[in-house]
Amino acid sequence: MNSFSQMQDKVRDVLRRDRTFNHTIVEENIFLQGTHSVHHNTLDASHGPVLYLEDVSVSFDGFQALNKLSLYIDDGELRCIIGPNGAGKTTMMDVITGKTRPDTGLVYFGQTMDLTQMAEHDIAIAGIGRKFQKPTIFPEHSVWENLELAMKTDKGVWHTLFTVLTSEQKDRIEEVMLIIGLQELCYARADLLSHGQKQWLEIGMLLMQDPRVLLVDEPVAGMTHQEMDRTAELLTSLAGKHSVVVVEHDMDFVRSIASQVTVLHEGSVLAEGTMDEVQNNQKVIEVYLGE
Amino acid sequence: MIINYFFPQFMHKDTGGKILLSLLALVTIMVIIFNFLIPLLLPEASSWHMPTYMVTLLGKYLCLALLAIALDLVWGYCGILSLGHAAFFALGGYAMGMYLMRQIGDRGVYGDPVLPDFMVFLNWSELPWYWYGFESFAFTALMILLVPGLLAYVFGWMTFRSRVTGVYLSIMTQALTYALMLAFFRNEMGLGGNNGLTDFKDILGFSLQSDSTRIVIFSLSAAALAMGYIASRFIVESKLGKTVVAIRDAELRTRFIGYKVENFKLWIFVFSAMLAGVAGALYVPQVGIINPGEFSPLNSIELAIWVAIGGRGTLFGAVIGALIVNYAKTYFTGALPELWLFALGTLFIVSTLYLPKGVVGLFERFQNRTENNKLEEKTA
Ligand SMILES: Nc1ncnc2c1ncn2[C@@H]1O[C@H](COP(=O)(O)OP(=O)(O)OP(=O)(O)O)[C@@H](O)[C@H]1O
Ligand SMILES: [Mg+2]
Repeated sequence: MNSFSQMQDKVRDVLRRDRTFNHTIVEENIFLQGTHSVHHNTLDASHGPVLYLEDVSVSFDGFQALNKLSLYIDDGELRCIIGPNGAGKTTMMDVITGKTRPDTGLVYFGQTMDLTQMAEHDIAIAGIGRKFQKPTIFPEHSVWENLELAMKTDKGVWHTLFTVLTSEQKDRIEEVMLIIGLQELCYARADLLSHGQKQWLEIGMLLMQDPRVLLVDEPVAGMTHQEMDRTAELLTSLAGKHSVVVVEHDMDFVRSIASQVTVLHEGSVLAEGTMDEVQNNQKVIEVYLGE
Repeated sequence: MIINYFFPQFMHKDTGGKILLSLLALVTIMVIIFNFLIPLLLPEASSWHMPTYMVTLLGKYLCLALLAIALDLVWGYCGILSLGHAAFFALGGYAMGMYLMRQIGDRGVYGDPVLPDFMVFLNWSELPWYWYGFESFAFTALMILLVPGLLAYVFGWMTFRSRVTGVYLSIMTQALTYALMLAFFRNEMGLGGNNGLTDFKDILGFSLQSDSTRIVIFSLSAAALAMGYIASRFIVESKLGKTVVAIRDAELRTRFIGYKVENFKLWIFVFSAMLAGVAGALYVPQVGIINPGEFSPLNSIELAIWVAIGGRGTLFGAVIGALIVNYAKTYFTGALPELWLFALGTLFIVSTLYLPKGVVGLFERFQNRTENNKLEEKTA
């Protein structure tokens, strides 16, 4: 018995040294804290990118929504994705979060997690959060409850049945409520909020999840200029600790936050670079003027 | 309020539930006092008591109210319109029926010490294996929960995992109860065929015909309803309850914040099926029969109508709906039997057109109006 476990430890050590076999080691995963999730992979972003899309294609009844799209998002990066309507921006997010399965191509979270094989909730628990293009919140729940539901914690059935909010968790909800400026509407039903407030609430839910990667689809639609500035501030402050991918049509907003911009067109990357580079790119100008 | 002292924390805001449970306790205590204690202590004063058939009728209603709560949990809160819930009720009922059959012993028409009459009639020589254990009440109690729970688990596991929702799911639940009805109609099932199980004599050794046994079963039904209500309220007030409502309103969003939606649906569906099973088990000794008619798809639809009329997503609304409709049903089937289905249809149409939130919604509207009036008086 003893010698067996010693041998096991040795093997484990060897495997740990040899990082090629990292995915075989069952480790306590910092992103799965407190959960008993099904997959044993650890997020490994040691090589830079946290999100890999390679040659991803998706077609809907013959219509090619994504066409050999390749995209790499670095750990802690803030990336803006722009592109005309129907370019495939939302579809790309669907592929990353498991809503749509790609026909071909690789989608990896870190080095080891194959997102095409994971269920939506596992992807969410692993650390990819998403804000939808059309604000999607829980209409019959209060602002507080919306945030509570999104909170990063054990999301198993039995735990959910008996759990009671701890004071740290309450503090966290209040903190986020302050960030999104809805503290006065704490007990208001979410469907009574204005469009902009709903956007904020959904961003707040994203914050509660504390994901490693935030996918934010058109966050400032329906917001006033002040609200837009606050959103820009918030998203830039999140970068560094989190990777943030923002899809947005509002060019001023993109200019105000982005270091790196990727232009999507007809399902693949048309150009990549800083905002200025991209705006002076001949192909990009054609696509936007040709609209 | 002092009344909160009698209720657990999670019920303090549930005014409807508190009223309901208080009334239930009051009626039960009255029945126990007037029908049980007074006749026992002062035999000559027994003229005040409620006739026993009425007590049993009320007990029947309470079981149906528990069934309505079970449906409200999955439909009102989780958005799963199960049109097969009567199947779980009937399965619980059959489990109880099997126990009651075994209790008859050799007092059947054919006097066989082991085999129920219908098996002797079919020339069966021994008890089928699935009848084993039903001579024990503890085993039966377990089966009352397990059989409906297991069926709900298997059915739910298959449908929720393949993400069947909405009308398709409702149709599948109808098919489920219909299939069970056809199966139970067959004599080969060994459960009494189209006659079902009946001619019960005793429960736990007490005669089912005696007044005191009936009052005890009535009280147990009231207790089961109260406990089912409290447990359901606990669930819907918990984070799980909020998650389930979130699934109803925005399933995709719930998935993308990390909840495994199938598991939540499955959990609430199985719990609800068990509650329905308990309701069925208490119903059978009071009506004295269980037959395949209980699986009829119409029964499940009628059940959905009770909940709709009472007001779904409130729990007590389901209870009110079940009581109103079943009282009306008893009245109509006595007075004007041919009109009952029309009356039910009218009730349903009127309530969906004018009372989208059921009878409970009517109260709420009235309450809001009086509150608004008060506000206007203040501001004027
Ligand atoms: N489920 C679907 N079935 C069929 N076609 C789809 C589906 N989802 C997306 N599409 C199509 O794929 C294309 C890309 O859609 P997508 O939503 O990704 O565009 P987008 O870049 O997000 O556009 P927008 O800026 O308008 O949000 C569109 O032409 C759309 O009609
Ligand atoms: Mg889009």
